[in-house]
Amino acid sequence: MAISEPHNRSRRRPVPPTTRAKPVSRPTRVEPGAEAPVIEFRSVSKLYSGGDIGLDQATFSVDRGEFVFLVGSTGSGKSTVMRLLIKEIDCTAGTIRVAGRGLEEIGRRRVPHYRRNLGVVFQDFKLLPNRTVYENVAYALQVTGGTRREIRDKVPDILRLTGLSTKLHNYPEQLSGGEQQRVSIARAFVNHPPLLLADEPTGNLDPETSIGIMQLLYRINRTGTTVLVATHDQAMVDKMRRRVLELSSGRVIRDEATGLYARDETTREFAARLRGAGIEPPEV
Amino acid sequence: MRLGFFLREALRSMRRNAAPSFAALATVLVTMLVLGVFIPVFQAATGAANSVRSRVLVDVYMKTTATAADDARVRQEIAALPHVKAVHFESKEQALAQQSKQDPAAYALLGTNPLPDTFHVTPDNPGNVLTVRGELSPKGPGGHPSMIDPAIQNVSNHTEDTQKILTITSYVKWVLLGLTLLLVVASTLLIANTIRLSLYSRRREVEVMKLVGATDWFIRWPFVIEGVVVGAIGATLAIALLAVTKIALLDPLASNWTLIAAPRTIGFVWLIMILLGAGVGISALGSGVSLRRFLRV
Repeated sequence: MAISEPHNRSRRRPVPPTTRAKPVSRPTRVEPGAEAPVIEFRSVSKLYSGGDIGLDQATFSVDRGEFVFLVGSTGSGKSTVMRLLIKEIDCTAGTIRVAGRGLEEIGRRRVPHYRRNLGVVFQDFKLLPNRTVYENVAYALQVTGGTRREIRDKVPDILRLTGLSTKLHNYPEQLSGGEQQRVSIARAFVNHPPLLLADEPTGNLDPETSIGIMQLLYRINRTGTTVLVATHDQAMVDKMRRRVLELSSGRVIRDEATGLYARDETTREFAARLRGAGIEPPEV
Repeated sequence: MRLGFFLREALRSMRRNAAPSFAALATVLVTMLVLGVFIPVFQAATGAANSVRSRVLVDVYMKTTATAADDARVRQEIAALPHVKAVHFESKEQALAQQSKQDPAAYALLGTNPLPDTFHVTPDNPGNVLTVRGELSPKGPGGHPSMIDPAIQNVSNHTEDTQKILTITSYVKWVLLGLTLLLVVASTLLIANTIRLSLYSRRREVEVMKLVGATDWFIRWPFVIEGVVVGAIGATLAIALLAVTKIALLDPLASNWTLIAAPRTIGFVWLIMILLGAGVGISALGSGVSLRRFLRV
């Protein structure tokens, strides 16, 4: 999938109050020239073998270039959505499509190839402890058969973008939490995937560092990459004013785009707003 | 195949995970050392048991009146029997010379030669010694043993001793075989477990690789190569130690201790090849197979 220009259109998707407490089914928008949504869940249910409900008839879709928050308390199904999307687990009912392709069609052997089209960021960073920052990012290119030259070209670029130019040869344990998360974002984005998934990316970080991470994700989103962030950081979500999908006991109970989503703000303005002040933060 | 990449990955992971790699290497070294010592020892012992068995013969004593023609006829009759491998003739003069050497005074007193011509019959297999004996002196109608040729005086009758020797040596051989197998199984399990432990400490790394989109074999090759390297180094060290021991200790002893010089012992070159093959094979296979558990992400 190619990456198009920034794509954050002004959208308002108010959910009628009567449907708030029920699963929301958004009708598939039929727009002229509309492409398949990047993510499409159709009455997806996931029942774990212990009898726990991961997802219950969840239906939603995410269009290309959107920045979407997935919120909800622990056990609401956020992680289930993420794990379904990286095909770590399979759903028990319903269909999941990513970029128009049904995930159930992907056989076990093709899963690694599917995952190369996703960037995934985890709460616990999941860096390879025996590799330097540079090698961690390079590994994502090596698995896809990237040549040495390609690695030499791309890795320094992406590390500059994420503000890690000075830490190339450090090992993960020598970095702060925020820096480690930046490495993991760099690794997720080095292949320029059309979809970036972040599962609680700021879960282990302090508020100021979290803003930096969100700023980075926003910057990636502005290149046209669809970003889905699962979080329980309500304050952050409120300030970000992006589309919010709320899950509770595996059901989608809220799906709304917040008003001030309208403006196509710069990364700097974005960060300033997150801090709730007019201070100009240093560019990352 | 990106062999260079996998090789560098394997070496990196050995450098960065020095402790588990060293543990695996030490395990291979020790087990190969034990195998390297015990395989030849077991073989020497089996060889000794076999040589005892091969000395089990049937002696056919001719009548003292037997002529050279009788001897030739009986020789042919014995050779024609089934299960007979070799027939060795010892004339009465040779027998006398042999015996006089042991006790010259006694035989000098006798004056005449009381000893008969003798055939030493070697069966094709030590286990068949009693069959051959039965063929030489089949049971007659009255239940008394008769001889297949009238010129034969007697056939040696050590049924009980022969039976004992055969039973004990065959026990010894089975026990040795069992011990060898046990040792091989124990070594395999020990190496496989050590490797599994060292992989277990890296299972998170494997999980991350899978999440980034690495295929199973992309992850597996470096581990298999690491197994080959560890196995090869471990086995080579073990072989070097064995060689030093052999040259410094065994070879000087071999000249005056027959068990060590026993001809049936495995050749050192073969031993090296077996140990190297086993060390490399078990650890490479162990790495590849044990990894499967952690690849299910």
